[in-house]
Amino acid sequence: MSFSDSPTLEVKDLKTYFFTKGGIARAVDGVSFSVGRGKVLGLVGESGSGKTVTGFSILGLVDEPGRVVSGEILYRGENLVSASMGRMRELRGLNISMIFQDPMMTLNPVLRIDTQMIEAIQAHEKISKDDARQRARDVLGQVGIASPDERLRAYPHQFSGGMRQRVAIAIALLNKPDLIVADEPTTALDVTIQGQILYEVQKLCSQTGTALIWITHDLSVVAGLADDICVMYAGRIVEQGSVNSVLDNPRHPYTHGLISSVPSRNRRGVPLAQIPGMAPSLLKLPKGCSFGPRCPQVTADCGIIPNISMLDKGRQLRCHNPLDALVSPKLKD
Amino acid sequence: MDPNAQKQSIVTINQISKRFVKSLDLAGRIAQRFGADIREEIVYAVDKVSLEIQDGEVVGLVGESGCGKSTLGRVVAGVHEPSDGKVLFRGQEIDSLTGQDAQAAALKIQMIFQDPMSSLNPRMRVQDIIGEAPVVHGVVDSKDITNYVEEIMLRVGLDPSYARRYPHQFSGGQRQRIGIARALAVQPDFLVCDESVAALDVSIQAQVLNLFMRLREELNLTYLFISHDLGVVEHLSDRVVIMYLGRVVEIAPTSELFADPNHPYTQALLAEVPRLETRQRKFAPVKGEIPSPIDPPSGCHFHPRCPQASARCREEIPVLREIAQKRFSACHLNS
Repeated sequence: MSFSDSPTLEVKDLKTYFFTKGGIARAVDGVSFSVGRGKVLGLVGESGSGKTVTGFSILGLVDEPGRVVSGEILYRGENLVSASMGRMRELRGLNISMIFQDPMMTLNPVLRIDTQMIEAIQAHEKISKDDARQRARDVLGQVGIASPDERLRAYPHQFSGGMRQRVAIAIALLNKPDLIVADEPTTALDVTIQGQILYEVQKLCSQTGTALIWITHDLSVVAGLADDICVMYAGRIVEQGSVNSVLDNPRHPYTHGLISSVPSRNRRGVPLAQIPGMAPSLLKLPKGCSFGPRCPQVTADCGIIPNISMLDKGRQLRCHNPLDALVSPKLKD
Repeated sequence: MDPNAQKQSIVTINQISKRFVKSLDLAGRIAQRFGADIREEIVYAVDKVSLEIQDGEVVGLVGESGCGKSTLGRVVAGVHEPSDGKVLFRGQEIDSLTGQDAQAAALKIQMIFQDPMSSLNPRMRVQDIIGEAPVVHGVVDSKDITNYVEEIMLRVGLDPSYARRYPHQFSGGQRQRIGIARALAVQPDFLVCDESVAALDVSIQAQVLNLFMRLREELNLTYLFISHDLGVVEHLSDRVVIMYLGRVVEIAPTSELFADPNHPYTQALLAEVPRLETRQRKFAPVKGEIPSPIDPPSGCHFHPRCPQASARCREEIPVLREIAQKRFSACHLNS
């Protein structure tokens, strides 16, 4: 398969701040990345790292007191930051859709599944109700829901958690979007259900060329699914590159720490490698590199925010004292 | 641990069943009288589970949501009464004890919950959360409690100067430490940890797991560690128990289970675990979902999803039998 070179989505120096009573929370502070057709980008970080706000910014869902302060979000060359509300409404659900962690955020509990799905189709297209129902039925089948005709007439509460998430994913797929932003869609699910959903999503990206941004805190899921990876910490991307290069050879001490603390990377019974301390509050960020106070490599230079340095093959890094290219966490023997 | 030490079983779970019954309301009973085909709904959350846990051992209890692993943990911790069967603590049946003996036995088994925010009283200060139970149960004298709470807080890695704070003033990882401190305050021998690290971030999870392991060494604790995260269980446990829809399907020492899973369900579960080492993999999922425990499939509960199911699996319940030393599996394929 060959897809055109220009990326589906390009985010350039995005800054989304929240102007709270306690001060300005820089939830997203200078984030840049791009996703191409049929590609999967893993956006990884712990709670409070700004990964969800990045996703919300793309869809234009940031609410008061938050605001996109500067930067560009280019969807096929069109800047979404300056797009009107009306234009965003056109795009959302048709060209760009979002899957949330909690499917009940997507689904209306008092409407039947068919009502909700047909509405999502007819909102963007002049199409008869029967044709819309037919498409809804097909998509439900696609995401692995048995007897979709019957299930269309059910209410959300009649589904199990995994099924609900699949319905939410089906709604996101209805109009065959170019871009899907998925915010921790499998975090609350069991591994077997997660496997089923990853299977559907993977199929979709390779078959229809949909670009996918997969937001998660779980490095292992990203390892299996994504092409590229961005690691976020306290509102900034600290390291990005292809999955293989970043996971096999992390250069940022935070990425290294995250990978080393995954239990399966450690020998059984031996204490896990751990990152000391905890993520800082966005209202009281440390001066300079936000990871400094927890970093084993910290030096006086770290008092100044490190610039992004470009390494080979699209690798990017924000660190004054990167780890050697050869030091990588040892695989478990 | 010293392998030569005489292993003694600390907790014995003997044929435990737990059923939850939703009885009919008045309208239902009347309709039933007139011949309507409605019955009480019975959920077989735990179905005849037996397990022996040795002193100083860490047993991992794994399964998908709805498999009964939390219910089993709660029965062991004494939160739920079992419908059938017995829990023995150091050879003694807990139900048959009375007075001080019963209380002493109950104190020796403590539980740590998944969500520390909903298991800590938001209106109590940390010093009272940790200090209330040991004073009530006479573990320490009320005049020594401040020092005692301080000691426990240090042990779990909390700054004792925060003793007068409320739970909402702590981060998630710290709150989980408060939950652990509360359990430790009554000097238990056995801890039931129900998804105790599931809600934590990766870096904080590593810290809390290390704390669990350090406490085990320092205090000679025994854990029943309930989790759906196989990576965590693999790292922490000596032995793993896999449950499916209320029944135990496989028990094996950790390294053997992960190297060579016997039961088709265990195999499917292990195949689905995402790992850092597997890149851009092809996902090929297990079919179907865990069935409803109100109306479980006949025979082997796993047969509708099992790729190797035969006619026998649909009719006969496989028993848990020893397939190798210390390894048990409930599957007809072994016979």
